[in-house]
Amino acid sequence: MTKPKTIIEKIWDTHVVHQEGDQHLLYIDLHLVHEVTSPQAFEGLRMNNRKVRRPDRTFATMDHNVPTYRRHEVRDQTSKTQMDTLQKNCEAFGVQLADMYHPDQGIVHVIGPELGLTQPGKTIVCGDSHTSTHGAFGALGFGIGTSEVEHVLATQTVWQGTPKTLNLKVEGDLSPGITAKDLMLAIIAKFGVGFGTGYVVEYTGQAIRDLPMEGRMTICNMSIEAGARAGLISPDETTVEFLRGRRHVPLGEEYERLAEEWLELATDEGAEYDETLVINGAEVEPQVTWGTNPAMCVPVAGKTPTLEEANHDPNVKRALEYMGLEEGQPIESIEVDHIFIGSCTNSRVRDLRNAAEIIKGKKLHDNIKKAIVVPGSFTVKMQAEKEGLDQIFIDAGFEWRNSGCSACLGMNDDVIPAGGRCASTSNRNFEGRQGNGARTHLVSPEMAAAAAIHGHFIDVRELQGILN
Amino acid sequence: MEAIQRHEGLVYPLNRTNVDTDQIIPKQFLKRIERTGFGEFVFYNWRFDDDGNIREDFDLNHEKYKGASVLLAGENFGCGSSREHAPWALLDYGFKVIIAPSFADIFYNNAMKNGIIVIEMEENILQEWMDRSEKGTLRLDVDLEKQIILDEEENKTVSFNIPGHHKEKLLNGWDDIAITFQLADEIEAYEKKLGK
Repeated sequence: MTKPKTIIEKIWDTHVVHQEGDQHLLYIDLHLVHEVTSPQAFEGLRMNNRKVRRPDRTFATMDHNVPTYRRHEVRDQTSKTQMDTLQKNCEAFGVQLADMYHPDQGIVHVIGPELGLTQPGKTIVCGDSHTSTHGAFGALGFGIGTSEVEHVLATQTVWQGTPKTLNLKVEGDLSPGITAKDLMLAIIAKFGVGFGTGYVVEYTGQAIRDLPMEGRMTICNMSIEAGARAGLISPDETTVEFLRGRRHVPLGEEYERLAEEWLELATDEGAEYDETLVINGAEVEPQVTWGTNPAMCVPVAGKTPTLEEANHDPNVKRALEYMGLEEGQPIESIEVDHIFIGSCTNSRVRDLRNAAEIIKGKKLHDNIKKAIVVPGSFTVKMQAEKEGLDQIFIDAGFEWRNSGCSACLGMNDDVIPAGGRCASTSNRNFEGRQGNGARTHLVSPEMAAAAAIHGHFIDVRELQGILN
Repeated sequence: MEAIQRHEGLVYPLNRTNVDTDQIIPKQFLKRIERTGFGEFVFYNWRFDDDGNIREDFDLNHEKYKGASVLLAGENFGCGSSREHAPWALLDYGFKVIIAPSFADIFYNNAMKNGIIVIEMEENILQEWMDRSEKGTLRLDVDLEKQIILDEEENKTVSFNIPGHHKEKLLNGWDDIAITFQLADEIEAYEKKLGK
């Protein structure tokens, strides 16, 4: 009998083209490209008279810079140059592009799964750290730098050292009203922003199995916030059903055959990992970050740390100062003035549906100066409008935008002003991430919706009738 | 990339942990389509205030660190975004060596691929260097070939580990793509096996 293997080893072993010591030349099945991390890579090809080896395995879109308000008004000339450059590069090198007017346009990590380009067992790279998102499908997805983007364009391969494997096991069930975002923030808060460094993480346990694909994507998306090279979840029936009928998967019997192959990728019983970490799902509460990295996070009923509790860590002191918070301050007392619902972490139809359910029939609190909903893709936007979600948000006082990365990193005009405080469904609360001097609190779409109505953080389960 | 065998230079101590790539190069500077010219924007929000004036309370701006080329930092340096603009900015500013207790994976690779020597070092040794370079000035001499750092003032030598493949590429300034092209037959054979 062969030795039981993890899904990580199964994917790895079938993609090694060549080995030099610890370094493996891995074949890449799908290369996703966007406008920010690719211009220098294409320029490198041009300078050396090199071609794109597999344009058919390369797919580009514009997401980081695109305006979400009036599509045609790219006010920043350098943003425009960057997008024009991608357009020209894709034409010159024969790469498929969903530009900002294309019906397939969207955040690169939203459209990959939506189009069925993302599939179990694939190796997927992109010049973007949140490529780990695709791991939700049992793919090995990881972010690469621009030199590696150039390398993949030229050779369809990438050099990688063997990763260590980590089993992040969620024991028990999540309580009613607890989301994938809460779970992932709780995982990072518990184990720290560096626990995944050098590892590919597989998320296991019944609570993970019970998550829909959108929730699994939220989990895998934030693997990089724990430093992990990639994060993934073994495929199951939920995965197969999500992908059925999507544009880039086969139909009929051929699909059923493929689905069987996918299910066999799941980690074998008895397979060993280099490391195992366990969290109790039942203990997870709605989470809110208070600081400037995602591990600086507590349950909504909690408080910011005191300096004494933090052993006078200067990093904690600086984070509290930057965030304009007191030590030991209750999270529910923190008033917010901006709401951002969007990003590759939480901008899919299900995320918008969940937020809309809280918002329905309510109005934004007077504290809120600006609240925007940015669907992850054009397809998400169309579907949400079909369901009338746009009107629910608009009636409450939200702005309903076009798809893109938007205020997650503020490369377009969607910037949180200095001193502004945002309840954000994105993935990073770094200093200046959403705008110079902006203060970011990471939460689930449901928690962002609750903060929008109340003007401060509140346990959304109180509004859902789960808590009294 | 340029080959680098040895580097001697002035140390700048950035005594912070989890320095993310958004700090190293804020997003407003990611829109250039060249690899060069990012140096003046490195650590921008720490070096400059909202009006673009130099912040005197950030010590990289102090005269004594002018010309610093060896960066010391706290654990998990370079976490967050995969933007290679971060090592481009550090290199363009003049940093040739970065030493920290640990690095984020993507940053580590990105920096090495651009000819920066990235060294993982024990926290206690690093802390001593941090203290000395904060109180006075410190110069370190990094010999990549021998994998040692010379601390001339104390007449001490500290050795370090670096993956062999990174070392070889740094020493020779090799281009990854040119190396991989030599394996074109194997890539082709793999693709043939895939059948598509």
